[in-house]
Amino acid sequence: MHYLFEPGLFASGPVRTALLVGAVVAVTSGIIGVFTVIRGQSFAGHSLADVATTGGSGAFLVGLNQFWGFLAAGVAAAGLMEAIGVQRRRGRDVATGVVLGAALGMAALFLYLDTQQTSTTGASFTVLFGSMFVISPDSVPALVASGVVAVVTVAVLARVLLLTSLSSDLARARGVNVRLVGAVYLIALAVSVSLSAVAIGAVLSTALLIGPSATALRLTKSPIRAMAASAVTGLAATWLGIVLAYDSYYWPPHGHGWPVSFFVVALVLAGYLLSYARKPRRLVPRSPHEGAECSPA
Amino acid sequence: MFSGLMMNTWITASVVAVIAGVVGFFAVLRGSTFAAHAIPNGAFAGAAGASLIGINVIWGLAVFAVGGALGIGALGRKARHDVVTALTLVLMLGLGALFVSVSSQYAQEAYSLLFGEVFGVSSGEVLPIVGLGVAAAAAIVLAFRRLMLTSALPEVADARGVSTRGTELYFLIVMALATSMTIPVVGALLMFSLMIGPAAAARAVTARPGVAMALSVVIALVTVWLSIALSYRTNWPLGFFVGVAGAAFYLLAQMSKRFSRLRLRSRPAVPRSHRNRHRADRCRLARPRPRSPGSPGTSGR
Repeated sequence: MHYLFEPGLFASGPVRTALLVGAVVAVTSGIIGVFTVIRGQSFAGHSLADVATTGGSGAFLVGLNQFWGFLAAGVAAAGLMEAIGVQRRRGRDVATGVVLGAALGMAALFLYLDTQQTSTTGASFTVLFGSMFVISPDSVPALVASGVVAVVTVAVLARVLLLTSLSSDLARARGVNVRLVGAVYLIALAVSVSLSAVAIGAVLSTALLIGPSATALRLTKSPIRAMAASAVTGLAATWLGIVLAYDSYYWPPHGHGWPVSFFVVALVLAGYLLSYARKPRRLVPRSPHEGAECSPA
Repeated sequence: MFSGLMMNTWITASVVAVIAGVVGFFAVLRGSTFAAHAIPNGAFAGAAGASLIGINVIWGLAVFAVGGALGIGALGRKARHDVVTALTLVLMLGLGALFVSVSSQYAQEAYSLLFGEVFGVSSGEVLPIVGLGVAAAAAIVLAFRRLMLTSALPEVADARGVSTRGTELYFLIVMALATSMTIPVVGALLMFSLMIGPAAAARAVTARPGVAMALSVVIALVTVWLSIALSYRTNWPLGFFVGVAGAAFYLLAQMSKRFSRLRLRSRPAVPRSHRNRHRADRCRLARPRPRSPGSPGTSGR
């Protein structure tokens, strides 16, 4: 047992915070990610994390708490993407790309001004990769709260959201406001992603959003079961990643731990590749009415 | 503004704008926006790896960019494209995090790789970039018809024996090489902004592929020149101006499109292009009207 769990693992404060925050982020991302994968919005999910970091550097500049910058930028970007977003998937990706390009430009400016003020060049790096072991315990309640808000929003919308995701025509015929549902979902996604980006970095946030959900959707047909499987997979990858990163302090090169994000990403990817061992099932049978020219995949 | 060292900047940036305009046009048309973001961004991890084992950064960039393109292209066959792209990107960046943490002195360089150092281009760097630009443009122009056909009408391409997969892989690799080789000069983020904004704006203005591609190059050039001049004056980073200008051009193009559509409506309906018109009609047929049960074409159970 001591080979896996180094002595002192659970006594360490930062590790406990990391385990807690990692669990919240993994479960939130796992549940919301299922819809992200079904709706084909991985790019939006990743972009929102990047955009949120822009907000983070902006908030740093004006001296606000980074947390608010992350949140504001994420939600604003989600609104913009939805406003210019076309319903077709290809057009939506372009809208996402334009918003992301502008946001990255702003990030360049903010980071430049930040370095003018404080002469820290590591800012971009921390923002991108984050580190689970340096989360301040004060930010935990806010993280948990917004994670819960995002999950509850999606849970309330679940049925409608699923319908609009799988067949927007059918949803429209039943009187659902497809645009509104999409916008609300995107904002919930923005909240969850920006919080995981502030806690664990933009890279890991995307990994936890897409990896476990894609794995789960390869294993099961039922969306509910997929959500559960995805949350559990994400949680397992995160916790195992944290434990491994803690252990890696004793691996070469000596005296320097390996980053948590590397372990979590590797585990998430291993899970996804393992899911190829099972024969994939289509979530929706291809219907003859879904012509290729109307909804290019 | 046009002194010796700045001339290097002007030339390099113009070449990069041409590459971005040409490659970006197809990236937008084929819906490879995410790949266009993921490949240069992930390749940056390769640079970290190369500097860790002490070889030229270019090799790391090339290996990671082509590896990423192959991963996206190959795995994308079996699963959803965007999921595979996201996971490839995350894998490359995860490796990057590992490399950086092991070498533990790379953070400064990371900033310049992400945001570029276009004002510090040396004369020796200009020629390879020009050569690369010519090669990338040639690679795209040579395959222009094939790329057009597989982007616009994949079924027809299949029927005519043009390999959709092969073309996709070809395009991804050209994009990977063209974008990642320019990373040390212009930065991963700048390259992405320059590829998407102008091309999307051009596509919104015209539906004709040749014109759109030329327009996309022109807009990219104007964006870059404007940004260099502004950046030179204000000392603010180039990436900021490029990102904002690209988005502004897109917005402008969208607005002009709306405007011209309003004007067109008052004229007799002459379809601009038959294919688009046809497609729009079929989609309208397939979509049921709200609250009318039993209309034909619903994909009901």
